[in-house]
Amino acid sequence: MKKTSMVVFATIASLFLLSWIVKGMFSEGSSPYLDGFLVTLAAFLTLAIMSFLYKDNPYYKFAEHLFVGVSAAYAMCLGFWSTIVGNLIPRLSSTVSDFFQVNYIEGDYNIFFVIPIIFGILLLMRLSPKAGWLSRWPLAFIVGTTAGLNFVRYLRSDFINQINSTIIPLLIDWNGFGDFFSNMNFSATGQLVMMFSNLVIFVGVVCGIIYFYFSKEHTGWFGRASKVGIWILMITFGASFGYTVMGRISLLVGRITFLFKDWLEIIS
Amino acid sequence: MKFISIYFVLLVSLSVSAQTNDNDSTSLLVNDSLTIKIAPPTSVIVEDYKYDDADNLQLHWVPSIDDMPQDGKVVRYRIYQSTNNGSFVLVDSVNFSVNMKKIEGLAIDSTYQFMVSAVSKNYEAKSNKTITIQTEREWINFNLASLFLIALLITSAVIYFIETARRGKELFVRKIAGLEAVDEAIGRATEMGRPILFIPGIHDMDDVQTLAAITILGKVARQVADYDTKIRMPVARSLVMTAARETIKTAYQTAGRPDAYNDDMVNYITDEQFGYVAAVDGIMVREKPATIFLLGAFFAESLILAETGNSVGAIQIAGTARPAQLPFFIAACDFTLIGEELFAASAYLSGEPKMLGSLKGQDVGKAIAMGVIIVGVISITLGEAYGIEFFSNITSSIQSFFTVNK
Repeated sequence: MKKTSMVVFATIASLFLLSWIVKGMFSEGSSPYLDGFLVTLAAFLTLAIMSFLYKDNPYYKFAEHLFVGVSAAYAMCLGFWSTIVGNLIPRLSSTVSDFFQVNYIEGDYNIFFVIPIIFGILLLMRLSPKAGWLSRWPLAFIVGTTAGLNFVRYLRSDFINQINSTIIPLLIDWNGFGDFFSNMNFSATGQLVMMFSNLVIFVGVVCGIIYFYFSKEHTGWFGRASKVGIWILMITFGASFGYTVMGRISLLVGRITFLFKDWLEIIS
Repeated sequence: MKFISIYFVLLVSLSVSAQTNDNDSTSLLVNDSLTIKIAPPTSVIVEDYKYDDADNLQLHWVPSIDDMPQDGKVVRYRIYQSTNNGSFVLVDSVNFSVNMKKIEGLAIDSTYQFMVSAVSKNYEAKSNKTITIQTEREWINFNLASLFLIALLITSAVIYFIETARRGKELFVRKIAGLEAVDEAIGRATEMGRPILFIPGIHDMDDVQTLAAITILGKVARQVADYDTKIRMPVARSLVMTAARETIKTAYQTAGRPDAYNDDMVNYITDEQFGYVAAVDGIMVREKPATIFLLGAFFAESLILAETGNSVGAIQIAGTARPAQLPFFIAACDFTLIGEELFAASAYLSGEPKMLGSLKGQDVGKAIAMGVIIVGVISITLGEAYGIEFFSNITSSIQSFFTVNK
């Protein structure tokens, strides 16, 4: 380890200890030093992750590996204890329920609950070089059932409802050109704005569909309509980008608030 | 005069309601001059609620003649239910001017009878009993008939095109910009001697986007095997890991280089979204891949991954069907497969009749959608602007066909 690195490490370790002691001294909980340790650890891990903005470094690596290891183990424990022990076993066997100290749900036994067990075991066959092919069956079941269920759902929401919502009049409160020009105003619910809004929806949807039509080359009028479609998509993406970035900034504000309020207690 | 009208309404209710029993008229008469007397609801009809799970009934009635929009005497209606010929109990009440109620939570093996009463401030006038009825379960839900017909049409088109492709007829699929760059991107990684990073999103194998990504992986892995380039694939789901390993292994075997395949090409990181992102970001900055594929289902991590990939100078090809994440890929990646282009790309690259036929079948669906929208918009515009009945009829026909009730 280089001398500079050692100095940096010693400084960080000292700051960590100092923070822990100070937080412990001024915390008001039943176990102040434990609370102080946890807040300090969370703050240093936050800073370690943020240090990636400068460049890759050992502190980021430490936080990364800690995060990956803890989350992977947590996901596995959660899957086992909440799905298998929490949901499946209480519906299958009172003896095994007693073993895991969970309440057996009497009268909720259903033979179909055995199927996921079999599929789960088949998936584990992947570990065996000879019986590995068996794991394809549950995989095929998962993919097939999901595709079938989603087909109806998407057909309804993305196809039928979308068509119905796009059938809108292009002329609203139309009483002829003279009336149209005499009633022209730019209020959000005005005739002019509503007509323009409906026109954008109609043209946007049709041109968008044309862009995603793969059976015809995008040339001629079809190509021009497709270009309008991609323009509309890009404008939509631009609006969505700004909206989401604002959401992300609120997440950053959350972390900064933690550092300055919960850890450093600079702000109230 | 009011008493005469109430008496008259009672008589009418008794005669009109074919399903009510004559001996059960139960209007309450109170000899009190302050009582606000009202007529009961009439023609109370109960019938099976169609296309449910045999747990609902539909109740209709003709409102009391004292139920007026303004200055009416009726304040609400009460619904009484008798189960298996038991006594009547109050189960629900609705506001005045309402003349129907869906009775929920019933059992298929029980019989039911109902009574509806009109209630004033201090008087209750009960209707006659309805007939005794049981809930029914239908075999076919005709509310979904239009959904079924559309599904049938599209699946028929898909099957037709799959069969056409199987017979060897070449199906035309237009060029997709992002795909043109795949060869170039793999070639670049080979020339630079740096690895290719393939990220299949964070969803499992039950997401069609992950399936499309794995299909594209097959094509990429084949070229990687041919060029002897390094591929690295960190995944967030164990099932994706097994499927990806299988795909890459098959690609190496097809390329005649099974010995070059290594299980470590694909490795599981964690199911946790940001734990996965932290690890992938670390891989990007440490291994500095020349090419990064971001194909599949992405969420809040999309910009973090794409921006880190951009910062290490990799050529990035992205694709997702998540509309909220597409802007980030478009901003930070070199090529982006937008929405359905991801699925089209997987079909195009695989060249499999099933996938190509499916893509062509979906195009039939899009053509139908475009046609219906154009006809619908023209007819509703002419119908509303100029009051032409013919066009209004067309509009209402289209709208009723494309309205799916549960």
